[in-house]
Amino acid sequence: MGETIYWPSFFFLLCATLACAFAVAVLLATNIVRMAFYLVLSLSATAGLFFLAGADFVGAMQLMIYVGGTLVLLIFGVMLTSQERFVEMKTWSGDWVFAFLIGGMLLMILIPAAFSVPQWGGLKLADSESMVVQDTATPLGMGLLGARVDQLVEPPDRQEHSGPLQPGYLLLFEISSVHLLVVLVGAAYLARAKHKKS
Amino acid sequence: MAIFLSNYMWSWLAYTIAALVHVVLILNLVAISALVFIWLERKISGRIQDRLGPTRVGGKFGWLQTLADGLKLLTKEDLRPEGADGMLFRLAPYVSFAASMASYIAIPFAGGAYLLGAAPWAAQHINVGVFFVLAVLGLEVFGTILAGYSSASKWSLFGAMREAAQVVSYEVPLGMCVIPAVLIAGSMDLSLLGDRQAGLFTNWLIFHDPFTFIAFWVYFTCATASVNRAPFDLAEAESELVAGFHTEYSGLRWSFFFMAEYGSMLSVSLLASILFLGAWHGPLPIADWLGLTAEHGRIAMNAGKLLGLVNLLLKAVVGVSVMIWVRWTLPRLRIDQVITTCLKYCTPLAAVMLLGATVWQYQFPGRNFFGLTNVPQAVFSLSEGPPQAAKSGNPVTKGAPVAKVEKSKMGEGA
Amino acid sequence: MILLFANLLTEPVGVAHYVTVGAILFTCGLLCMATKRNALGVLMGIELVLNGANLNLIAFGSPYLRNDAYSLGLDGQLMALFVIVLAAAEAAVALAIVLNFYNNHDSIDVDRADQLQG
Repeated sequence: MGETIYWPSFFFLLCATLACAFAVAVLLATNIVRMAFYLVLSLSATAGLFFLAGADFVGAMQLMIYVGGTLVLLIFGVMLTSQERFVEMKTWSGDWVFAFLIGGMLLMILIPAAFSVPQWGGLKLADSESMVVQDTATPLGMGLLGARVDQLVEPPDRQEHSGPLQPGYLLLFEISSVHLLVVLVGAAYLARAKHKKS
Repeated sequence: MAIFLSNYMWSWLAYTIAALVHVVLILNLVAISALVFIWLERKISGRIQDRLGPTRVGGKFGWLQTLADGLKLLTKEDLRPEGADGMLFRLAPYVSFAASMASYIAIPFAGGAYLLGAAPWAAQHINVGVFFVLAVLGLEVFGTILAGYSSASKWSLFGAMREAAQVVSYEVPLGMCVIPAVLIAGSMDLSLLGDRQAGLFTNWLIFHDPFTFIAFWVYFTCATASVNRAPFDLAEAESELVAGFHTEYSGLRWSFFFMAEYGSMLSVSLLASILFLGAWHGPLPIADWLGLTAEHGRIAMNAGKLLGLVNLLLKAVVGVSVMIWVRWTLPRLRIDQVITTCLKYCTPLAAVMLLGATVWQYQFPGRNFFGLTNVPQAVFSLSEGPPQAAKSGNPVTKGAPVAKVEKSKMGEGA
Repeated sequence: MILLFANLLTEPVGVAHYVTVGAILFTCGLLCMATKRNALGVLMGIELVLNGANLNLIAFGSPYLRNDAYSLGLDGQLMALFVIVLAAAEAAVALAIVLNFYNNHDSIDVDRADQLQG
């Protein structure tokens, strides 16, 4: 290897391999508890990928909400329903054949499509090394309040982009808050213990 | 450190060594602190119960007792129950331990002098440090659930489920109690939070307004519940009567669970010290008086930082000692009492404190110590990075010390 | 093949690589939803699909991967944030439904959910 290793790419490969490998393990496992555990590892590797792409706030949110919340919920559900006969349920092998066929065709379309656009190939090494580390927490917070401070200064070749400045996300923030409240009430109502009439 | 070393060797070797040094330091901190805390717990519990505690191993005070216990645990038989799920049973202690250790990545042990471009003494200077630590501490519950499930015993499963419910419930008021401190400092960056409290103890965030004062005590209660300690430890102790999530574990695997617990205790105490108790700035600014600051050169600055590190660790040890003291003083709560405390007392209190701190900060923006003193001017300039030639087309960078550009996951220059 | 890996390790990665990982996660999630008989397995497939989509959004909005005029910028991360929040809400409701089904039919097999059939 004549050139030196570019470390961010090495870590990208590591996290990406972990995420994909554990996702495939979720697919292939039959024991439901092991599936949940592999999913935890796959989502944690995805959080690592988020950190590598510069989205540290979203990465921390993924760890806290997805891994630490949604998956705990899923595991509770698994525990509540894990009787002997449901822990391992096998699929008919005909299903597997169809599944792999369709999955393979989908991948064969998506991956060449991903590599076909030249602008998606990645920055040149020189450009990448001269970039400045930016923090995202403050602009994200301000964006959620409606003030898009990330658009006060524009990136170098923005001149040809002629669209208007993007609006803030305050309305979406409010809507998703109300949505979460409704979901909380609804899920608690749906999952309540019912009194059986004897 | 990595940049410094890479002047002398290949860069990949420099980064590897820098990362290894960080890992070794943190592992040593966790392991030695676990050793010390187990001994401290036995001594304190002994004194509270009017007896002496360990006195034989290692001289009069028995401070090598934990080492002897560790050796005993190493030589125990490695059991595995009959119907247990092998892979998950073996993996569970390490999951707990990994989650507990990962929170130390973002915790700074001494401040950074941004004007000189020196980074804080953290393994990784994460901009959203507080959020990251809280998120990772919430992952420890997976080790518990896996241990309870894979032990193939219904008592283990019940204990694990109760403990998981408790930890997950207490994450909500824990997060809400942290927000007043973040609000006042204006950043989630732990080193900025620490340096916001520079100077006398009147600058400490716990004394910033009465709402933050109460928020600290609620935080401490929720942190104690979150690490399953003190009056909230039904998963490991009620369990002494029946069984617990770590019943089927013996020897080294069990000790990993306990290292994870003591590691988490130290981690939440460190977080409490950084957020509320002034971090590495003592009650009196001794480092400033002795002239150990950034203006007097690198060696003086590093000596000042070392003093700050010792200060921070002392505060965290005091926090852990209070947790130990409370454990042996108060009776244990039942699971319904635990959840009642969370939902009916801690959460509304934390919400009201958040509201109060917001209103206070809006009314008296630049004041410390219950509104009696002013925030020193040096603190306000913390949010700006070191003076750099502004490149055209730079997005607004607020609060980011412009460090090296490579976004590698290894440590930054120390 | 070795040349491909060597290239990957010495050059910065781009959006295409993230999209590939997202596509693999998406496909695994899709196959999970299609083949698992356990209702909770289907839920796990949904989580994988949403994560694949999130990876795409983050990749298109990342300044380290794509710094030109057509990058999504902060919008990518904001959208990913909302997707995470909504996915958590949807997982809660789905789990409530599954628990209801289990309480009523004493089975978590999706093949048994055929009362409305025909």
